[in-house]
Amino acid sequence: MSDKVIYVMYDDDEVLKDGAKKLVSKGVKINEVFSPFPIHGIDPIIGVKQTRLGIMAFLYGLTGLTVATLGMRYFMVVDWPMNIGGKPNFSYLQNMLAFVPITFEFTVLCAAHGMAITYLLLNKTLPGMPAQNPDPRTTDDKFVMEIRLNENPSMSEGDLDAIIKETGFIEIDKKDIK
Amino acid sequence: MEFQITKNAKNLIYGLIGTGLVLTGIGLATGMGDDHFSTRLLTNGIINGFFFFSLGLGALFFLALSYATETGWYASVKRVIEGVAGFLPYGMAIFGLVLLTITFMHGAHIYIWMDPDMTDPTSHHYDKIIDGKSAYLNPIFFWIRTLVYFSVYLIFLRGFQKRSIEEDRIGGTELHFKNYRKGATFLVFFAVFSSTSAWDWLMSIDAHWFSTLFGWYTFAGMWCSTMVVLVMTTLYLKSLGHLEKVNDSHIHDLGKWTFATSFLWSYLFFSQFMLIWYANIGEEVTYYQMRIENFKVIYFSMFVINFAFPMLILMSRDAKRNIGVLISIGLVILCGHWLDVYIMVSGGSLGMHAHIGSLEIGMALLMAGIFIYTVLNNLTKVPLTPVNHPFLDESVHHEI
Repeated sequence: MSDKVIYVMYDDDEVLKDGAKKLVSKGVKINEVFSPFPIHGIDPIIGVKQTRLGIMAFLYGLTGLTVATLGMRYFMVVDWPMNIGGKPNFSYLQNMLAFVPITFEFTVLCAAHGMAITYLLLNKTLPGMPAQNPDPRTTDDKFVMEIRLNENPSMSEGDLDAIIKETGFIEIDKKDIK
Repeated sequence: MEFQITKNAKNLIYGLIGTGLVLTGIGLATGMGDDHFSTRLLTNGIINGFFFFSLGLGALFFLALSYATETGWYASVKRVIEGVAGFLPYGMAIFGLVLLTITFMHGAHIYIWMDPDMTDPTSHHYDKIIDGKSAYLNPIFFWIRTLVYFSVYLIFLRGFQKRSIEEDRIGGTELHFKNYRKGATFLVFFAVFSSTSAWDWLMSIDAHWFSTLFGWYTFAGMWCSTMVVLVMTTLYLKSLGHLEKVNDSHIHDLGKWTFATSFLWSYLFFSQFMLIWYANIGEEVTYYQMRIENFKVIYFSMFVINFAFPMLILMSRDAKRNIGVLISIGLVILCGHWLDVYIMVSGGSLGMHAHIGSLEIGMALLMAGIFIYTVLNNLTKVPLTPVNHPFLDESVHHEI
């Protein structure tokens, strides 16, 4: 389906924030904002949903916990009981304390790596992936707002242009996408 | 100033003090004449004296930490921290009185190293290990150290309080940078004193035993309890309509500190426990043997309360912003850390004779009543929101 996307550029994050508020109050759906740094308070304005990355981190952590427990039980108790300092080597539970540090470390390792990789994957920013931002200047000192026409079915392009004109932008750019 | 102790708060305070007095009275009446009664009474004095004193000290530490790190978000809850830290002189008076009584009773079977027989080679109570430690563990040096701790804490507390009020009047950054320097200086003192004072006041109860981690362990427990008290006081004032500059994010941050310090405490608990368990050296395991034999259920349930509860319940973002969750978890953690101090102290002083009866609960409630009254009373004397703190604007716009 063909669509048209409008990129509106600002040179100040506060101006962009005020503009976004104005646009949203008139019913415009803003698809994305590109910025060189996190803009405080932009998420609720453009309606970005609360991230669920924390839940994923918890699940990755649980995975790490389980794998570490099962693995150590197999290595240190079942397969080849290890006698370290004369501690009971026939039972995981009685020797549990010795395994806690590794369980903890592995939980953290899995949670952190899982979370980082998920984040990069979802944002399509894994090393080597093509850049997603429309203009390289958004990694320097400019801010870009992206509005898609077919996400705003109630408005024509002219309507959108008229509203955007009131927001103090410095540049506007339109692109057809297939 | 804008805050007055409400009728409900007064009822709560009178209720706590009244119940505390009645229970203490029952405890005194029923326990009087027991073999270990005076030890038990003074043990409770140390437990509650130290626990509530440490809440004030933790707040002073947190204040200094925030100054030294030039933290911004805390500016709008600063007066709450100062109010809790303001309990310090009262805590010192009570705790100091208990220590003084014990000193006059030659240790009262709590600080056995205070007993002159222990270091007298002709006595049949002579203890070679304690004699070897007597260069550090003797009543005179103990009191020199205690007075140094108390006076340093008090000097810094007075300074911070004075400059905080002055800042409201004058403004500018000169006072702020002075606070910054004083905060950093305090942390240097506190880094040493938090360890040594825990050795002096708590670890020396088990005079034969030692652990280098003990100071941090005590400090972590203290910090965690303090954060709980700060969260609850902030929420309480907020529910009355004060602290209008405090938003969800501040509450969230205080909740995060509670969560993080719970982990710090659990981490240190486990580090101390596991190393001693693994090495299994006779001199070291006595501490845990004593506690696990006599306090098995409370000892491990205390660990579960202080570790698993905050971990599982406070982990999510929503929980840290939910007043009901914060208050209920906070009360549970606070009891957990009180139990921790209870076992630290009475495990060494009473051992198998220790139990939680009406005396223990009564004295804790009594102290809690005095603590709440003092903190709220401190808060009535100052404006609850500072006006010229350089980071106030940042704090008002705090959003996470």
